[in-house]
Amino acid sequence: MLTLNNIEVIYDNIILVLKGVYLHVPEGRIVTLLGSNGAGKSTTLKAISGLLKSERGEVTRGSIEFQGSRIDRRDPSDIVKLGLAQVFEGRRGFEHLNARENLIAGAHTNRDWRQVRDDVDRVLTYFPRLGERISVQSGYLSGGEQQMLAIGRGLMSRPKLLMLDEPSLGLAPMLVEEIFGILKRLRDEESVTILLVEQNASLALSIADEGYVLENGKIVLQGRADELGENADIKEFYLGLSEAGARKSFRDVKHYRRRKRWLS
Amino acid sequence: MYYVELMLNGLLVGSLYSIVALGFVLIYKASEVINFAQGEFVMFAGYVIAFWILSLDFNIVVAAFLALVVMVLVGLLVEWAVLRHLIGRPVVAVIMATIGLASFLQGTAQLLFGVETRTVPLPIDDYPIFIGDLLLNRIELVAAVFAGLGFAAVGWFFVKSRYGIALRAIADDQQVSLAMGINVKTFFGIAWAIAGVVALVGGVFWGNASGVDTQLALIGLKVFPVVILGGLDSIIGALVAGLIIGLVESLAAGFLDPLVGGGTKDLTPYVLMILVLMFKPYGLFGEKIIERV
Repeated sequence: MLTLNNIEVIYDNIILVLKGVYLHVPEGRIVTLLGSNGAGKSTTLKAISGLLKSERGEVTRGSIEFQGSRIDRRDPSDIVKLGLAQVFEGRRGFEHLNARENLIAGAHTNRDWRQVRDDVDRVLTYFPRLGERISVQSGYLSGGEQQMLAIGRGLMSRPKLLMLDEPSLGLAPMLVEEIFGILKRLRDEESVTILLVEQNASLALSIADEGYVLENGKIVLQGRADELGENADIKEFYLGLSEAGARKSFRDVKHYRRRKRWLS
Repeated sequence: MYYVELMLNGLLVGSLYSIVALGFVLIYKASEVINFAQGEFVMFAGYVIAFWILSLDFNIVVAAFLALVVMVLVGLLVEWAVLRHLIGRPVVAVIMATIGLASFLQGTAQLLFGVETRTVPLPIDDYPIFIGDLLLNRIELVAAVFAGLGFAAVGWFFVKSRYGIALRAIADDQQVSLAMGINVKTFFGIAWAIAGVVALVGGVFWGNASGVDTQLALIGLKVFPVVILGGLDSIIGALVAGLIIGLVESLAAGFLDPLVGGGTKDLTPYVLMILVLMFKPYGLFGEKIIERV
């Protein structure tokens, strides 16, 4: 459904952030993109949704295809109309708009007002808690509610592919579980394809079908989610488990660090 | 009785302050920029409508409609030629651009329409209305009605319509708005076009009261305490603050001037503004910055 062919992204004509990222998101699946801070995960998402231009970035090589057509030179609003929606890192609600207005703003590309109203109700069935606080200025919602609102807002454009940037950031574990449960339901019930960017690798791998690992602007590892979960390097560097699979104990921390196998 | 009359007349003049202040608020709401050329917009609108009526002998309705079209075009043109290229640049750069724009509009208006002062003639009797013993200026009454209509329309647009929601969304977060498929440039254009139209209401009635020449642009400065008092991004704030300032000015002129020998009318709005800012730094109705701790 979505394919990135070795894209290279340069900011300000000089800073090379992505050095050949390839990615394939098949229809109806959850694909996760893992990586540490500064690996280029958010940049990858912005390259897809066409927002690089607003940050003076540019896709200089490679191509991005969505359902067979190239989208890497198109305006963000065209890309939304094609059925791609992005949920930003850090929630980024429209603070001074209430929850309902946030949802309506998310449906900006939908001209059919009756459909928009139905969609608001549909989103509220997934996030009943938002229904209770629908006319509160979104800046005053709790962190979890804001994240739900951000996802709901993303759904309002009726996307075929939803991209989420660290939806677990700064949330209590129970809320994170709830939100990830909803993501799974969206895949199963609404057949929304999901591209999930996460730092919380074990969580992301637990609901994803496939995963990619991004490091220093390159894809260093890819595979089925369950296989990645078993990979020794992933366990060591992203899941915090020792080689035996048990939780790491600080008593026998080694004085040297394991060398990432993909670096050799 | 004298007291009530002062208050009523103050409110009527205040409604005209409000509508000019609304122009500032519109631009600030959409793009967080103070448009220092708003007074020049009013002046330009005055020139345009005076030109249609005096030089081409159009009747007032046709002239107003044509002026409306011109002001929409001016608004769009300004956005397209100047502001669009400054999206994402430091606010100071944008403010300087609007100051430059002010000079440009003054020059262009004089080049196109000449330098002599003219008055926008209105087909309204200037014989005052008497309500009991109260004496009211007929033209100011009509002006207040138009200002009220302007506020109702703009208020509805911002609060209820989808486009208003989109505009407010842009004010909160441009990048996310882009990702929602909102065309930020188009909406800035819309905001500037509306600001142009709003300036027309001011231009017609101020142009009638004090004549159209480059002095008319000073209304922008005159209205500035209103904008700050009400809160830079509040429509209702512009309305209320305009009325308050009109009221205070009128009362000051009536009661304080005889005591000190004049001049308090121009002073009081600023004193009031400073007082309010001490207690409410966002103005009476300004949006607070929401911070989560």
